[in-house]
Amino acid sequence: MAKVRIPTPLRPHAGGHDTVEATGATVGEVLGHVGQSYPALLERIFDGGELRRFVNIYVNDEDIRYLEDLSTPVAPSDEVSIIPAVAGG
Amino acid sequence: MPVSGELVGGLKCRLCGKLYPKEAINFCTDDFGPLEVVYHYEAVAETLSRRSIESRPRNMWRYRELLPIDNAPTVGLHVGCTPLIRADRLAKALGISELYIKNDAVNHPSLSFKDRVVAVALSKAVELGFQTVGCASTGNLAGSVAANAAAAGLDAYVLIPDGLEQGKVLGAMIYGARVIAVAGNYDHVNRLCSQIAFKFGWGFVNVNLRPFYAEGSKTMGFEIAEDLGWRAPDHVVVPMAGGSLIGKLHKAFKEFEKLGLIDGPVKTKMFGAQATGCNPISNTVKTDALKIRPVRNPNTIAKSLAIGDPADGYFASQLIRDTGGWSEDVDDEAIVDAMKLLAETEGIWAETAGGVTLAVAQKLIEQGKIDRDGSTVLCITGNGLKTQEALIGKIAQPVVIKPSLAEFEALIGSHELTRQAELAVTSR
Repeated sequence: MAKVRIPTPLRPHAGGHDTVEATGATVGEVLGHVGQSYPALLERIFDGGELRRFVNIYVNDEDIRYLEDLSTPVAPSDEVSIIPAVAGG
Repeated sequence: MPVSGELVGGLKCRLCGKLYPKEAINFCTDDFGPLEVVYHYEAVAETLSRRSIESRPRNMWRYRELLPIDNAPTVGLHVGCTPLIRADRLAKALGISELYIKNDAVNHPSLSFKDRVVAVALSKAVELGFQTVGCASTGNLAGSVAANAAAAGLDAYVLIPDGLEQGKVLGAMIYGARVIAVAGNYDHVNRLCSQIAFKFGWGFVNVNLRPFYAEGSKTMGFEIAEDLGWRAPDHVVVPMAGGSLIGKLHKAFKEFEKLGLIDGPVKTKMFGAQATGCNPISNTVKTDALKIRPVRNPNTIAKSLAIGDPADGYFASQLIRDTGGWSEDVDDEAIVDAMKLLAETEGIWAETAGGVTLAVAQKLIEQGKIDRDGSTVLCITGNGLKTQEALIGKIAQPVVIKPSLAEFEALIGSHELTRQAELAVTSR
């Protein structure tokens, strides 16, 4: 199962966990699976079917916008990170 | 200085308006939107006036009521009030009538505009009880956090992409900060810092302290308006990396208008400058796109602007459109040429980002986007001493002579002959 990293301020919506495990062949499927256990978390990441403007998703070290967005393949050994976009500069 | 009542109400999500207390958090936990400081402007107006400002020391804290800390500032007490220079020689070269340079290349203590944001962020960090602070930086912020943290007795972790200019790296290490170079570009560094800040509970100035930090940039706008004789300029040209500064400059003018410190309505057109090798914001403006398309592998000598995924890119592009401004980008050769032009006409050695700003201004003037008759301010945000690599091989070497008058005369004689010949050609 892939490991999904939760931003610290959102842990209350993920059962207090820093990381959760989820299955799925793509980023979309993995996040969907996380959402089955933690629907409140999913609501915060997605607006309708789309990722919210200020949410970035990484598979290992790469932003999925440079890969195949939500269709980016995920292997069981991969780490998917949910990262708030409003940082830096 | 006397500050009455509660000036800062808290933080507010720019997307949904949800309110948060004054804590170290940078995004809304409902929709990930950026958080912005809320001021009680009626309380601000009680003590902030042209007269009260003019009576205070020449540093950025003369606008104290519009900066988001609750107690007296403790870090960066001498930051700001850099020169606003009437640049007539450069104006003539550009063919415009009224030009000013806001010169943050000589900001105290670390020679960039970042001292403004760091002064606020670290004063807030002290208020919130942080002992360890940090940042993700393209270079200038690294030096500023390191210097200001050292002076405040705070421990600093500075994360930078590897491959930065020596002047930027040394300019952070000298202060005893823990400097960590990350294999990757700025966006990789930034992501890592987002994870570190919350996990370790440290005060990262441009992560969890970002709402407070960003407000410090307003002081550059306050100073411009005050030094222009309490008015906002017609055009401002600003370099863009994360895209925050341009928004805060405009916010500064709007706040002064709201408080009656300048006459409204503010009609300043905001112009954003980027390097072609990393142009996510200018590209968005020029293609009228709704979303920022991030740049995966930035490649420019303007390393301080090399942020491929700018956090405030969306808001910057909206502001540029809303104010009737525009955005352009320029290549490395144009950047170096503009650095030389600024140095040769005004005696100011800016870093590469300053070359970007001037070269873009030139382009916008030629395009007719900047009106030649209006007042224009160029924001120079960093010092040329820190980006010397960009000029290696692009600037002539000194002539070497023996300590002999004859050699000097022979040299000057030949120079003079060359000069006379050049004059003869140009006057033909």
